[in-house]
Amino acid sequence: MEYKLALPEEVLLLVSKPERYLGNEVNAVKKDPTKVDIRFAMCFPDVYEIGMSHLGIQILYEMFNAREDTWCERVYSPWVDLDAVMREKKIPLFALESQDPVLEMDFLGITLQYELCYTNILQILDLSGIPLHAQERLYLRSVPVGDGRKTGAADACAKNGASGGTSIAEDEKEQGRELLVGEGAPIVVGGGPCAYNPEPIADFFDLFYIGEGETAYDQLLNLYKSCREKGTTRREFLRQAAAIPGIYCPMFYKAAYNDDGTLRSFTPDTEGVPKRVVKQVVTDMDRAPYITKPLVPFMQITQDRVVLEVQRGCIRGCRFCQAGMIYRPTRTKSLEVLKKQADCLLLESGQDEISLSSLSTSDYPELPGLVNYLIDEYGRTKNINISLPSLRIDAFSLDVMSKVQDVKKSSLTFAPEGGSQRMRDVINKGLTEEDILRGAADAFRGGWNKVKLYFMLGQPTETEEDRKAIAQLAEKIAETYYDTVPKEQRVGKCSISISTSFFVPKPFTPFQWAVMYEPGDYLGFAHTVNQEVKNSLNHKSIRYNWHEAYVTVLEGLLARGDRRVARTIEAAYADGSLFDAWTEHWDWERWVRAMDETGLEIDFYTKRQRGEEELFPWDFIDTGVSKKYLLEEWHRALRAEVTPNCHVRCNLCGAAKFRSGVCFNEEEGCLKTRAGSEEVYVYPREGCNPVPGIHIPEGGGAS
Amino acid sequence: MRMRIRYSKQGLMKFIGHLDMMRYFQKALRRAGIDVTYTEGMSPHMSMSYAFPLGVGMTSDSEYVDVDLNTPMPPEEMIGRLNESAPEGIHFIKAVQIGITKAEKGMNQVARADYTLSFREGYEWDTLWKEAFAAFLRREEILVIKKGKKTEKEVNIRPLIYQADVSGSEIHLGLAAGNENNIRPELLMEAFAREAGYSCTPFMFRINRDEVYGDTGNAQEHAFVPLIDLCL
Repeated sequence: MEYKLALPEEVLLLVSKPERYLGNEVNAVKKDPTKVDIRFAMCFPDVYEIGMSHLGIQILYEMFNAREDTWCERVYSPWVDLDAVMREKKIPLFALESQDPVLEMDFLGITLQYELCYTNILQILDLSGIPLHAQERLYLRSVPVGDGRKTGAADACAKNGASGGTSIAEDEKEQGRELLVGEGAPIVVGGGPCAYNPEPIADFFDLFYIGEGETAYDQLLNLYKSCREKGTTRREFLRQAAAIPGIYCPMFYKAAYNDDGTLRSFTPDTEGVPKRVVKQVVTDMDRAPYITKPLVPFMQITQDRVVLEVQRGCIRGCRFCQAGMIYRPTRTKSLEVLKKQADCLLLESGQDEISLSSLSTSDYPELPGLVNYLIDEYGRTKNINISLPSLRIDAFSLDVMSKVQDVKKSSLTFAPEGGSQRMRDVINKGLTEEDILRGAADAFRGGWNKVKLYFMLGQPTETEEDRKAIAQLAEKIAETYYDTVPKEQRVGKCSISISTSFFVPKPFTPFQWAVMYEPGDYLGFAHTVNQEVKNSLNHKSIRYNWHEAYVTVLEGLLARGDRRVARTIEAAYADGSLFDAWTEHWDWERWVRAMDETGLEIDFYTKRQRGEEELFPWDFIDTGVSKKYLLEEWHRALRAEVTPNCHVRCNLCGAAKFRSGVCFNEEEGCLKTRAGSEEVYVYPREGCNPVPGIHIPEGGGAS
Repeated sequence: MRMRIRYSKQGLMKFIGHLDMMRYFQKALRRAGIDVTYTEGMSPHMSMSYAFPLGVGMTSDSEYVDVDLNTPMPPEEMIGRLNESAPEGIHFIKAVQIGITKAEKGMNQVARADYTLSFREGYEWDTLWKEAFAAFLRREEILVIKKGKKTEKEVNIRPLIYQADVSGSEIHLGLAAGNENNIRPELLMEAFAREAGYSCTPFMFRINRDEVYGDTGNAQEHAFVPLIDLCL
């Protein structure tokens, strides 16, 4: 039987989990490479079982492959065992479906889901033989596999645009002519949440796609084809691409800094390149492309189920949450569409579990109808599990959960995020202690006795008392159990587990101005909670665990970093950093060395109080939500004032400019925002009459 | 009703391990809309069993899995539906109805398996090995150490070798298989190599499992029948 493998069989039989590198899964798309115009490698820069669990890539995979002229394939990070073999044997990284080298592709799309994957991005480029820097790729077709580790920190400094413009490009200009579209390495394009501050990795990318992938990729691919036909240079293609809404091409922007190190200006230096990049938004979720042929992996992956996205965005406005801001406005799918999509996903995959996905599933208005449909059609008769993450605990959700899971075995999850009511008001988590205790009491009555609690430590204005309140809340929940459940009905103790993570301020959130702490401080915070847990009456029912502190600080650097951070990332990678999101591979010492070698002062990024007027590296991106609104929210946070959610009233954040979702009034046929009790109409939809006497709020996001 | 399904596993599917194949097969049955019986209890699972798990790295023309159906379906339709969504390398060949007693379960019937071995490029032995191999097989006793999970014992595997021919560069072996006397083809080749002074690594042979048999004979005389023919 004929088949093609990029890796020798001996290697496949030697490494752990060879299934990671084979492709050939059910519903994987195979095309004849001679009959397509565009080869697109879509990469999740982590190991297969993590990357395969990601929804966004599957949507784009199918969307791209729906184009007859395009073959989209997948690429994941080779695990450390294979990584070593590929370096030793100089085997270039390949796409799963065709097993062809990534270097031969037209595009390499990399999804950026968390900051700790940044060194893995360099691994992907390096093992592919793709020059690490976008500037080099204008002149240089390829580099030897694994050479990226050879460059020391000094080289990294010299090669990164940040340290003084485009020296590398100048050097190579003398060596040769500029490459044409299609001649050299693939166009490297990044997308996903971390693309909302692409600056720390800007030097490594030709393009970033800001926003939701469903809208503008066709334009980009069509432009690529026409540029290649015309024989334009790679640089000229990038310049034209930068004019497509949502596309950011870092090499055409110049950053200048003040003496104190803060950003002075950030401007395009090339004609036709916009000052601001507006994020892309799907306006009609029902008509947006969705998965009809889900990939079915052979090996067990992290989220081994089909995923039904019920809505995008979140009405809540928690002030720490980046997703809650960048995915505004909240847009739902209709019940009818969701039923059809669920049928299709389950039929085509043969999976035995379906999960509802959104930032806050309880806020989906037709949730009861959807859940009852799934239970009746699949749960009862076909042994399909129904998984309902991110539900608020209330009477409805408890009823549903008791139908879809084994109450005795499962645990209930609360995410109060803050221990004290004051803290929850600061972060705008619309959840009161009363809600939590009532939910817990209902759950205990319903037969559950395991509760998980999630909190964050190190949030703005947080005090010793707020930290202790975490343990105190757990204690109250334990007491609720013993008060609610009579002794004869108890099955052992109740089990309450507290997990705390350390808060990392993210761009485009009200907390983007917040300061971080030293790793030692964070551990001190966790110690306070731990002591308070030990001192509580029911401490035997309560378990506490906390996250790593050093990795939090690194995340903080990468999340709010600027272009100058790139050389540090490169130096850390050259020194061996890889899979930083994996505790067993992550090494703080490497990063310390990298910072020392590249002269990076981490406190500038993490512990410095940013000024309210300060220009941030990510301010050139327009997410709809205005900086003015974020600042107002920051002030309200400092005063511990809550802001109502988008269903209660419009707070004029600016996302209404996208004319969709929760900002749109179906009955009136107009978009509306509401200030207080007074209804205010703004941005009449095309084709409908403007409402007289309306007030249009300032900015609309573009302040 | 219990059905036995025969399929082949070729090409790069050889890297998919047994547990993942079981997971694959459950999903394949659901995609095909075949109404399989589930076990009772809190976490119901499909009522199905594999006759003879295949090791990673081996290909096979004859994999057997028995499934219990809630709703009968004509065998041809089952095979057609399963093939519709089968990945490259998996081909469903035949389905037959079998008995439901414990003794009729595939895993309890397995008595012999045939294999074809060939050398991977660069791992070939010198030209003299064929003669040495023939001499090796002419002996009445071939003693090997079989390692169990806890035990190690010396076994004479000669009576458990039912066939051993060399044709061209291929070695055809018929070996005892199943719960009682299972002889892996590598075990035999290692025993020979050790004795004849050839190097032997687990990787050096491509191994295909050609067929798996039950035994309808008695202690004196075997009568091997392919599992697919042990039907109602």
